[in-house]
Amino acid sequence: MTACIRVNGKDHELPADTVAALLAGFGIQPGARGVAVALNGAVVPSRRWPETPVAPGDELEIIRPVQGG
Amino acid sequence: MNADSFTIAGRTFRSRLFIGTAGYPNQQVMLNAIETSGAELATVAVRRISLDGYSESLVDVLDGRIGLLPNTAGCLTAKEAVLTAQLGREALGTDWVKLEVIGDRELLYPDVEELLRATEELVADGFTVLPYCNDDPVTCRKLADAGAAAVMPLGAFIGSGMGIRNPHAIEVICARNPVPVVLDAGIGTASDAALAMELGCAAVLLNTAVSKARDPVLMAAAMRDAVAAGRSAHLAGRIPMRRFAEASSPQLGLIGS
Repeated sequence: MTACIRVNGKDHELPADTVAALLAGFGIQPGARGVAVALNGAVVPSRRWPETPVAPGDELEIIRPVQGG
Repeated sequence: MNADSFTIAGRTFRSRLFIGTAGYPNQQVMLNAIETSGAELATVAVRRISLDGYSESLVDVLDGRIGLLPNTAGCLTAKEAVLTAQLGREALGTDWVKLEVIGDRELLYPDVEELLRATEELVADGFTVLPYCNDDPVTCRKLADAGAAAVMPLGAFIGSGMGIRNPHAIEVICARNPVPVVLDAGIGTASDAALAMELGCAAVLLNTAVSKARDPVLMAAAMRDAVAAGRSAHLAGRIPMRRFAEASSPQLGLIGS
């Protein structure tokens, strides 16, 4: 069975072992403007993406600001 | 500095209009409307990013033009709202949040219990909390007591354009609440915004009335002027209403008397 992580509500294969590497796989670089990440319900500041491990079963939220009222 | 500026949590605003960024016909109209409105603060939502590819960031579009106020629109529980606010803070580098916790997805009406809980948690976490709330003096006072930097009672349902359905309640909230009152939601046209200011609101937050107007940029100008006019009228002091006529022309020296 492939190790999976839940990203924005959908299961993804887990080819990476840190938040930074996982985001890089989605084309999101550290310091990307306006992007924020929560791992298992806790915000991970972008400076800590490289050192924050991700493991099978984790839940990641990746957000950005959009038009709103 | 404009003598009539006002302050929320130590931040001074010259414009008494806050504006939303949603629902414009296109991005250029949004930018033109925001600029025309004179607003210094614009609301944005926080949503999951598309993992399918790059798209232009709203932050890149708006940054430097106007201050951004992330909201927690769509959140149904304090827990969801707190995490959304924390993500918004991280994404935008601001500890200000327009706190929305709704209890009904169709009416978008605030859930007071969850709203109070989220306010308390976010204040404890260092946020400047501006809750969207009921037009209820008791709820507004509880939110202020919980540390809200302003209260933002609704004039009517979000996006309804029905104006201020209970102006007396808004007036009472303005007179009695210890923190600034921002009329949020329900504004349909310029006279609604003017009325909010006449009732004593510190500012007006609106979105749909401008973004969905036939000419959003012209409506942005109308709202800018209405807020200024309403504020002046509030400061000037309206005359009392009378049940009968009182002539403004002299009653003496009438021809034929």
